[in-house]
Amino acid sequence: QRSDVMRTWRAAECSSCPPVRNHERLQTAAVCVVGGGPAGFYTAQHLIKDVQVDVYERLPVPFGLVRFGVAPDHPEVKNVINTFTQTAKHSRCSFYGNVNVGKDVSVAELLRSYHAVVLSYGAEGNRSVGVPGEHLSGVYSAKDFVGWYNGLPSCRELDPDLSCDTAVVLGQGNVALDVARILLSPLDILKKTDITQPALEALAASRVRSVLIVGRRGPLQVACTIKELREMVTLPGTRPEMTPSDFEGVKDALKDLPRPRKRLTELMMKTALERPGEKEQERWNSASRVWGFRFFRSPVEVLPDAEGKKVAAVRLAVNRLEGSGEGAQAVRSGDVEDVPCGLVISSIGYKSLPIDAGVPFDSRRAIVPNSMGRVQQVLGLYCSGWLKTGPTGVIATTMNNSFDTARSLMEDMDSGKLDVSAEKPGSLRIRALLEEKGVEPVVFSDWEKIDSLEVRRGEARGKPREKLLSVEEMLAVARS
Amino acid sequence: MAASAAVRTSMGLTLRLSRLIPDCSTCPFYRLKSCGNSSASLQRRGSFDSFRTTNRHLQTTIGLCREEDSSTAEDPEEVVNVVYIDRSGRRIPVKAKVGDNVLYLAHKHGIPLEGACEASLACSTCHVYVSDAHFDKLPEPEEREDDMLDMAPMLQETSRLGCQIVLTPELDGIELTLPKITRNFYVDGHVPKPH
Repeated sequence: QRSDVMRTWRAAECSSCPPVRNHERLQTAAVCVVGGGPAGFYTAQHLIKDVQVDVYERLPVPFGLVRFGVAPDHPEVKNVINTFTQTAKHSRCSFYGNVNVGKDVSVAELLRSYHAVVLSYGAEGNRSVGVPGEHLSGVYSAKDFVGWYNGLPSCRELDPDLSCDTAVVLGQGNVALDVARILLSPLDILKKTDITQPALEALAASRVRSVLIVGRRGPLQVACTIKELREMVTLPGTRPEMTPSDFEGVKDALKDLPRPRKRLTELMMKTALERPGEKEQERWNSASRVWGFRFFRSPVEVLPDAEGKKVAAVRLAVNRLEGSGEGAQAVRSGDVEDVPCGLVISSIGYKSLPIDAGVPFDSRRAIVPNSMGRVQQVLGLYCSGWLKTGPTGVIATTMNNSFDTARSLMEDMDSGKLDVSAEKPGSLRIRALLEEKGVEPVVFSDWEKIDSLEVRRGEARGKPREKLLSVEEMLAVARS
Repeated sequence: MAASAAVRTSMGLTLRLSRLIPDCSTCPFYRLKSCGNSSASLQRRGSFDSFRTTNRHLQTTIGLCREEDSSTAEDPEEVVNVVYIDRSGRRIPVKAKVGDNVLYLAHKHGIPLEGACEASLACSTCHVYVSDAHFDKLPEPEEREDDMLDMAPMLQETSRLGCQIVLTPELDGIELTLPKITRNFYVDGHVPKPH
């Protein structure tokens, strides 16, 4: 009788009923998402149309790199938090923070308790430069430096020494430019952002006046995008310093470039080769800080000071290019040059780490092997975000990527490849397991207490929020 | 908390604008107690979201129901006919009015055009293709829009950001196509920039 009714009402006018798409089966389907950042939330957003979604996150606070990666002076990029909040508060979505998947609960247990599990835990590691001296004091990964000024609890103790004149950033992507910009931004700008108070104080006392952004290849291969470059070019109190000879031959290549690369290259060339307008020249003349791209340079060693503990210089090998465009290769020419500096920040890429022995992991590419988000070897297991494709792309990229995985998952539910007919215990079972271990999840309304406190604290200082900096503080507020 | 208050406001507006409250007594699901909005299920899920969860086309991007955009204008000079073409190729005609913003208009009509940064030119998720006949009638994009468009996958000659298009009478008949999110992602060979 039920299925007759379903057929009759397939084209129902009654719009309060869920669309009849395996309505009955999907009513009880439950999916678990591991990772509460953009990938996790965008995947959940697509799935909650039909199924229950529980999002597990290791930290007490949600939003991942939107909170800890996006630069403090890019608040509009963080507006996406409103979308994620709406998803989290949807009746078919539950957020469980303070749960460490892989330690507090295994992926196998999640697979037993849910119809499907989507791994969206991103890339918390970083690619190592792999040169001697990399572990000297004064050398940091961009991941840690950014985590430090953005309040990532594990980076709280970084305490970078900003008493030197010159900082060298290795890598020429958007994160490298973020680091350079935060190092050189006027305090007037920074103090109105959600940068952490300790970072603000450290930057106020900073003596860094020159930032070199070093890349293996040339202007046509930079990985950054035009918005970030424009921000550097127009950064108050600074002037750009580039090497005109690095741009030989670039003008001729312009006409064949796709639009984004062309516009980016034109801006770089203009900055490096053309005389600035009057106002800009004035700004450059009165600038006390300088930045520039150093092209065709690969780090080969980080050189220590006399005591052998801290960085004093970076030894760079000079390259030439073989080939052109995106596929051009940097080949050592045999020359080296030493650049004195007191701070080295390597920004050559994030890297995903394996979470659990039960999950296949491709250590060469540092991703979970998958086909359109489906982890082939494990039925019911999926991945989305950087864990799926590698750590490249902005929020929009991750959005598309996550919607794709959600689509694969829904296809599998519809086709019966994923059997959703049997009910699964979902969060009831997982919460019981966690309770046995003494782990108390932080639910979304607990996060809202933290959120509210951070915003109130920020108001007192003219900042959008003053972030809590430790997991202990976050949990204390969550439980209050 | 402002965010949650805003969520409630926008959800409330969405309920009024896009739903007819049904007469449940006529629905077989209700009578068979299979309705997702039955009291048992309401208890399970929480009554706040009961109606919202059942609208499949509900746009989950916040803050996009603007009361002042209410398209009840009958004045023919105010009406602008718009067609959205979704990712499956389905044509969705919409009667809009002069001054409507293409992104918010899409949300009001349940068209899945994301607006992650909420119209602040900090993302490219509202990327649309504009019909040839109307593309040149749009004002030139400002530099910041062009910068963000550069980030959009599958950029075409007629690409624009929906949040920057405001309807005028001469845009009557405009068609806005949502770019396909392909499985291969970047079929034009473009490689996303590393972070």
